[in-house]
Amino acid sequence: MGVRLLSILAALVLLTACETTPESAADSSGTGGTDSGAGASRDVTSDLTDTQTGEEAGPVPGSAEDFVLFAGDRVFFDFDSYDITAEGRATLERQAEWLGRYPNVTITMEGHCDERGTREYNLALGERRAQAAKSFLVALGVEENRVTTISYGRERPEVVGSNEEAWAQNRRAVTVIN
Amino acid sequence: MERARRGWWRRGMSWLGVAAWAAGLGLGNTAPVGAAMQIDITRGNVDPLPIAVARFIGEQPETAKFGADIANVVRADLERSGLFAPIAEASFIQEPEAMRIQPRFADWRLIDAQALVSGAVSTQEDGRLKVEFRLWDVFAETQMTGLAYSTARANWRRVAHLIADAIYKRLTGEEGYFDTRVVYIAESGPPQRRVKRLAIMDQDGENNSFLTDGGNLVLTPRFSPTAPEITYLSYFRGRPRVYVYNIDTQQQEPLGDFPGMTFAPRFSPDGRDVIMSLSVRGNSDIYTMDLQTREVRRLTDHPAIDTSASFAPNSARIVFNSDRSGTQQLYVMGADGGNPKRISFGKGRYATPVWSPRGDLIAFTKMHRGRFHIGVMRPDGSGERLLTESFLDEGPTWAPNGRVLMFFRQEPTERSGGGGRTRLWSIDLTGYNERVVITPTEASDPAWSPLIQ
Repeated sequence: MGVRLLSILAALVLLTACETTPESAADSSGTGGTDSGAGASRDVTSDLTDTQTGEEAGPVPGSAEDFVLFAGDRVFFDFDSYDITAEGRATLERQAEWLGRYPNVTITMEGHCDERGTREYNLALGERRAQAAKSFLVALGVEENRVTTISYGRERPEVVGSNEEAWAQNRRAVTVIN
Repeated sequence: MERARRGWWRRGMSWLGVAAWAAGLGLGNTAPVGAAMQIDITRGNVDPLPIAVARFIGEQPETAKFGADIANVVRADLERSGLFAPIAEASFIQEPEAMRIQPRFADWRLIDAQALVSGAVSTQEDGRLKVEFRLWDVFAETQMTGLAYSTARANWRRVAHLIADAIYKRLTGEEGYFDTRVVYIAESGPPQRRVKRLAIMDQDGENNSFLTDGGNLVLTPRFSPTAPEITYLSYFRGRPRVYVYNIDTQQQEPLGDFPGMTFAPRFSPDGRDVIMSLSVRGNSDIYTMDLQTREVRRLTDHPAIDTSASFAPNSARIVFNSDRSGTQQLYVMGADGGNPKRISFGKGRYATPVWSPRGDLIAFTKMHRGRFHIGVMRPDGSGERLLTESFLDEGPTWAPNGRVLMFFRQEPTERSGGGGRTRLWSIDLTGYNERVVITPTEASDPAWSPLIQ
């Protein structure tokens, strides 16, 4: 019994580590989300109690990692724009589908900007981006009271570097599972 | 709240007995204003005035030490302004002790000093320091001004700044700005997890202290013109809202209870209101809140972004930033929000307008062709002049005399995470004398304290 308990703990620790590894989030988002559906429909909860190593366990359905794998957690914007792009629409549609499957999940929509604007204006622009993404989800049937917004302006870049690629990655709205 | 109290930043300021010793220091002999030695600081490239600041003499080792330290601070203040060229002490011919009665002007002319400062420090019977100084016109061989101050020992630095202000004022005709403080954001850590703390220091970088611990993201602090308070943005509990921090009590409280993000705060010139932006459903408009009645007034109602509002010093008008034309531009409207009118028409985007305390100019950040500038224009939009240029210059703040601007400059960041250094800089309104403001950590979002009354 002691051994069994330990292995469960090990599995949990590994899963937690996965969730908080920034590279994994960036990788999955970098491809604009994935429809590989890894683990999306598997009953991982029962696997979890049986697994010995944790490596075989996919993301817990309804978890933040599951959300990222299924839908992608972010959409990107053009410079000084808050228009949802075609790629962003596809991501938000998958997000809405996932959120429809887990109606108890609430989310925070973060709006972010690149460093090529002034601080105060970027706070307003980040709020616009978060609201634009939220409105899109609401239009697809996600209840409005499940989505709160917050703007970080240019204060929390995802990618470091004063270059176009970094700026493009930083102009984003990120859906965070609460 | 004692909002009407002025000059609050002289904490316990009753210490400062300022006396113009008309008889004792011979103010009656003051040279007439408009004599040869006057710096015209409206010109572009000013030749700094050669000035000799002698060590202030003291009878005891302690007062002599204060005297040397005070002279050093006065020299540094004057030098930093770019308008004065203090002469190296090593070249002085006359000993400071020998100047008790009157300088030997020939000795000072020989080392090309045009102005001369002499002074003395002594201990009063009540234990306080007495600091006196005289400013001399070396060529006219007359005293231009002389003042004496009495102060607690711990305040010797303030006295040095006051003396530098008096010298600056006598020689330029403008109010000084050395006895002031700067509130700013101290930065540390990598860009993705930047730690930002509210910090305050004297304008020369001394007496730095951190007001918040970095646990919450804080941005854009601004001084109250009338109370020991700072308004700023804090992400306390994950809700970005405008707060007011009281320097004396070290208490902070959110300003109002709004359904969305409040940001870009700034006090009104009388200190009674805070003007700020409120974002509701993604749309930012400008509001004021009366700090006593808590009454909220909406000044703009437009689907565009309206932010970065700043009152004219007479409170009659407000300049703000809006993208209602499609890109960020500057607009001026009445204090009630009426009749908004665009004033920026040059190429590029304009942001962070700040009305000069003299009322004659508006400073701003300009973005054009991938470069950032600090610039100024008249309130009607005419006379645009760019003072700086770099990868990222932002957020000008005026010295209380309206002659000098401070801002922050961020260097480009490399992919490796190197670079990105962010520091405070100052520049003269003429576009000359650009220099780094030394801070203990990297720094941004400076705001200059008002003129001390």
